[in-house]
Amino acid sequence: MLLFVEQLLNGIQLGVFLFLVSAGLTLIFGIMGVINLAHGSLYMIGAYTAATVMMASGSWLLSLLAAALAAALAGALIEFLLMRPLYRRDHLDQVLVTFGLILFVNEAVTMIWGRTPLFMDLPPLFSGTIEILPGIPYPVYRLAVIGLGLLSAVGLWLLISRTRVGMLIRAGSTNREMVGALGVNISALYTLLFAAGSVLAGIAGAFAGPLVSVQVGMGESVLILAFVVVVIGGIGSVRGALVGALLVGLVDTMGRAFLRDLFGLVLPPAEASGMGAALSSMSIYLLMALILVVRPRGLFPSAGTH
Amino acid sequence: MLNSGQLKYVTITIFALLALFPPMTAAMDNAYLVPGISRILIYAVAAISLNLLVGYVGLVSLGHAAYLGIGAYVVAILSAHAAEGSTIFGLPGTAQALISVPLAVLTSGVVALVLGALSLRTSGIYFIMISLAFGQMVFFFTVSLERYGGDDGLFMYAGPNRLAWLDLSNEWLFFYLCLIVLAGFWLFCRHLVGSRFGRALGAIRQNEARMITLGCNTYLHKLAIYGIAGAGAGLAGALLANQASYVSPDLHHWTRSGELLFMVILGGTGTLGGPLLGAAAFLLMEEYLPVLFDALGLELLSEHWRIVFGPLLIIVMLFNRRGIYGLLARREGQ
Repeated sequence: MLLFVEQLLNGIQLGVFLFLVSAGLTLIFGIMGVINLAHGSLYMIGAYTAATVMMASGSWLLSLLAAALAAALAGALIEFLLMRPLYRRDHLDQVLVTFGLILFVNEAVTMIWGRTPLFMDLPPLFSGTIEILPGIPYPVYRLAVIGLGLLSAVGLWLLISRTRVGMLIRAGSTNREMVGALGVNISALYTLLFAAGSVLAGIAGAFAGPLVSVQVGMGESVLILAFVVVVIGGIGSVRGALVGALLVGLVDTMGRAFLRDLFGLVLPPAEASGMGAALSSMSIYLLMALILVVRPRGLFPSAGTH
Repeated sequence: MLNSGQLKYVTITIFALLALFPPMTAAMDNAYLVPGISRILIYAVAAISLNLLVGYVGLVSLGHAAYLGIGAYVVAILSAHAAEGSTIFGLPGTAQALISVPLAVLTSGVVALVLGALSLRTSGIYFIMISLAFGQMVFFFTVSLERYGGDDGLFMYAGPNRLAWLDLSNEWLFFYLCLIVLAGFWLFCRHLVGSRFGRALGAIRQNEARMITLGCNTYLHKLAIYGIAGAGAGLAGALLANQASYVSPDLHHWTRSGELLFMVILGGTGTLGGPLLGAAAFLLMEEYLPVLFDALGLELLSEHWRIVFGPLLIIVMLFNRRGIYGLLARREGQ
């Protein structure tokens, strides 16, 4: 029971991370029609910036702001320099240009911070554990991450469904040319949107800083999980990203925690351990395959994109 | 600019020069270059197989290295069982290339058909993401194979396979095997893209809706070529395992799929010669960019050569979309 609740919360927390990364990804694809492999690099930039600022200043809030700012700047720069020529190109060109960008960013980060992973301290405000149920302690920081992540999700939903900018974004996803013809500066809107997606990824990186080791390549593993989330949720759908992220987070965490024991009920220990390890590392991909069979365009296919 | 008739002679000349390569290096005391060129020939097979998807049907797969890895692992696992004298699925292992290589090709092809059947239900951006995700699934599967080394990979302690009675650890012999495999695969693909099936694939790339309307089962066509491409990559993987006598999940990390894609584009999509040129250019750059920077006295860059490599890739993509082949040859049909 104790382990189960703990793993449940861990799964939700992974889901929240994945949501922050995939929300930007799904919006950028759904509205701008570009695939950005370097989205994970923005997550990494956020984590490195946060870890560095945290070490220098000791202020967690400052490190969070710095991470958001760095990711926003990097995102806007990427959009302005690389994405603009690519809007009208096919996806193959976008994949390779952003793949080149990953190589560049990874190497640049290695040159600046070196190959040894950085470790980021927990913010004092959220250190320690709290008893969520009698007899079940859980780290406060992880709870805070869940809360802040869900808060960002609500914020994003409000921004998109209740504000003027959000209305323009939705309109742009349905018909880009029409919105431009109505006198909206669609290029500026795109840069803004790209930067906003980057900020979400950067914040996720900053949140992840104290939980994982901050190292080169951390962005790619998250990126691929985010792809799975986007495929499951349906491209362009923020709601789909939330559901998909929680699903992936839970299945992955629960699979790693319990599949081995579950196999142990029917198989001898050595085989159960092998099967459990193999299946749990593949569980989310099998989940994706299953959903694809039933709904090829994801759980929440959005109407405006194709 | 060359036309297609002249290109045929250029191609034959290139293969003839390649065939003369080992004796030439031996004469010039550069015999150490032979394995490097074998590697280029192997990657050319993988790149040509990926190009069947990217160039001829317009399917951008970002998980093609998975089939490379599967082919390599089949060879290594069979060799390990042969060395131990143990069995796999009730059958003994083998170090005989005449058995292990076809099995590697078959396994890759079958896995490609299964994963393709699922991922080809989608198209466009979905397909890119799904191919990447399934590629990673295969990656994590091999990482979790603790019986076969897991993360650390698997050494073929018995060395490379034997081909009939020939020992593939001989560098020259292995080089000529790679050359023959490449030439054979090249001819196979040339025949394939010129066939009725190949022309249907080209029509699907141009306008899939039209082909569906014409009564063509485009799903089955795409699935068939996806299986063939997977089998081709498996062939390249089987050769790679034999060259290194070692396999590891690194072989099919997703970045390798990105690199294969880059080889195809760098050389020129939708052509047979392009991927060979692309593989050569890519692997030579990877090998010699650090050396070049070293020679120029740029020590920082020779350690971090990727910081130049990434932007180079971006520039090629943004400004030269027809690749090296496009610089040499006229567009087909002109």
